[in-house]
Amino acid sequence: MALPKYTETRYRIWHYFYIAICTFVFIFLIAPLFVIFPLSFNAEEFLVFSEGMKNLDPDAFSLRWYKDMVYGTKNPWGLAAKNSFIIAIFATLGSVILGTVAALGLSSRHMPFKGIIMATLISPMIVPLIISGVAIFFFMAKAGLAATHTGIVLAHIILGTPFVVITVTATLSGFDHSVTRAAASLGSNPVNTFMKVTLPLILPGVISGGLFAFVTSFDEVVVVLFLAGLENTTIPIQMWTGLREQLSPTILAVATCLIVLSTLILISAELLRRRSERLRGINR
Amino acid sequence: MSSETKQILTTDGIPLEISLKKAERKNKIRAFLLVAPLLLFLIITYIFPIGEMFTRSIDDKMITNMLPKTFKSMETWDGKELPSEEVFASFLSDFKILVEKKEHGKLAQRLNKEKNGFNTITKKLFRQVKRNKIDETQSIKEQIMKVHKRWRNVEYWQAIKRTAPPYTSAKYLKAMDMYLNEDNKITQVSEDRRIHRILWLRTVEVAFFVTVFCFLMGYPIAHLLATLPMKYSNLLMICVLLPFWTSLLVRTASWMILLQQQGVVNDFFVLIGLVSDDNRPEMMYNKVGTYVAMTQILLPFMVLPLYSVMKTISPSLMRAGKSLGGTPFVAFWKVYFPLTIPGIGAGCLLVFILAIGYYITPALVGGASGTLISNQIAYHMKTTLDWSFASAMGLMLLGGVLVIYWLYNKLVGVDNIKLG
Repeated sequence: MALPKYTETRYRIWHYFYIAICTFVFIFLIAPLFVIFPLSFNAEEFLVFSEGMKNLDPDAFSLRWYKDMVYGTKNPWGLAAKNSFIIAIFATLGSVILGTVAALGLSSRHMPFKGIIMATLISPMIVPLIISGVAIFFFMAKAGLAATHTGIVLAHIILGTPFVVITVTATLSGFDHSVTRAAASLGSNPVNTFMKVTLPLILPGVISGGLFAFVTSFDEVVVVLFLAGLENTTIPIQMWTGLREQLSPTILAVATCLIVLSTLILISAELLRRRSERLRGINR
Repeated sequence: MSSETKQILTTDGIPLEISLKKAERKNKIRAFLLVAPLLLFLIITYIFPIGEMFTRSIDDKMITNMLPKTFKSMETWDGKELPSEEVFASFLSDFKILVEKKEHGKLAQRLNKEKNGFNTITKKLFRQVKRNKIDETQSIKEQIMKVHKRWRNVEYWQAIKRTAPPYTSAKYLKAMDMYLNEDNKITQVSEDRRIHRILWLRTVEVAFFVTVFCFLMGYPIAHLLATLPMKYSNLLMICVLLPFWTSLLVRTASWMILLQQQGVVNDFFVLIGLVSDDNRPEMMYNKVGTYVAMTQILLPFMVLPLYSVMKTISPSLMRAGKSLGGTPFVAFWKVYFPLTIPGIGAGCLLVFILAIGYYITPALVGGASGTLISNQIAYHMKTTLDWSFASAMGLMLLGGVLVIYWLYNKLVGVDNIKLG
């Protein structure tokens, strides 16, 4: 953003001040994530940059904490990762199926009581998590599903569906319904029409809603804290306990893996968003 | 001419109006059936349990179930002098059942919440019962009164009676550091025990300031992102989106590393000579840590709605404002800023609502002064198991959130919530 030559001095100063603020905020946002990388390769047990690390001494770096993460006997990271993935995958599937079907109904112009039903469907996103946690715990305790995988999966479906509903209804808002009518007039039944015509067109929205649901489940700790027993420990629970007791470098190794994972998710979400905008004919 | 002759018929001979209505109804039912599975699922697993929180919060059946006979016999007691022999006898028989079920500790805990001192005297009574010291052929009243002098104090019996009504507002009063005294008047607890009010105020204060900080930091960068050419802004957008997709606990962990006394931020301060090496300020386990970490974590929720609104504002509007004689500041304030209000509203609402129910980050970086009302709810859910109290506080928080949401809807409209 070059300034035109005729800019007065005070606006020039203001402009540089503005750029400085923005730079500071961007650093503030992104820098914390980068502290974790080098420290997770620390050869020592302390969570500070040792003299060796500052001088880039190769001996100061090691994969010790990554080994500990994988083979360490005291750290049930393996079990936690397995649980996290199982729960997140099933919760995502459930959220996507329920949410997409509901979004189809919601974006029909015949839908009665649209406002109140939409509000109900996205309420788990608006209600503070701690309250959702308490309510879901009461239900699961009564249904005998506390401390089971099923219970946690159901809880995460509750928390994940609003994201699917919102992204899929947004995708459907630019959807040309004449294509489904065309399919119907050519003799296709509704299920077939959905699978062959509608779904391929709204797929980017469905997948990006699914990504939201996956991340919500994978990163969720408040509700799981209420529901999980020892058997159902997940990565966030394990990190929570670890951070509360003692900040060990192993946690940083796990955190690094999680940052890599979220980078992958970010890239796929961005690609999907662009594809979806292209399909919907939004050109910017 | 009558209206019937004008009616248009379909080929089946049914009036068109009816036929259309029928088709319409069919479509309505079809749309509703698509939504029904999710709606039903949420109503059963989520909406009903929130309602159940309400019944739990005003329902104090726990103690009624523990001392059924006592409350029955207390019905005739006027509550002014020590109760009769009958009350003492039924209390003892209730207590014996609890001892058998090993639930006398729970009773003591519950009663102690009503009035301090019950713990000791219930334990004493328990020992007497355990050793079969109480002779049921003699006056039970006399014997219980001998166990401890507090059993002779009428205030303790009044406290038991106060726990009797199955529906009570006590939990709500307690959440505001108040209680019903002996004369059924709402009274404040003594000043040194008013912890909940501090927590409520602190929760609102933290949520408010985090929202303000997020706004002050989010507005400039959202503006920059919206006005820069696409190829630069896409790159910078990663700085906003990567934290957004990164685990909350990872981000909290990184702040714990940054803010510790030997951490990077303090190192930096020492390096630029802001503080001396042996006088490093404590930045974690206090409010500074809570504010810094929460602001960074919630900032993307401010930037994304602002960005999506600013993106739709045509740059020619600012140029028009300037060409009409406004200075850049005036043009910004009179033209650009009002157009971004929906984004500001959506961002502030999201951040405030997320911040007011925050739990994980304050618990980890906030220390004692970082405890918010959600931590208290979790504490009562998991540690003291006073679920009705946790429900009451949760519903009060929910009420607050709904009021904010309603206000927002009145002022800006809900349709502006966007996800990136």
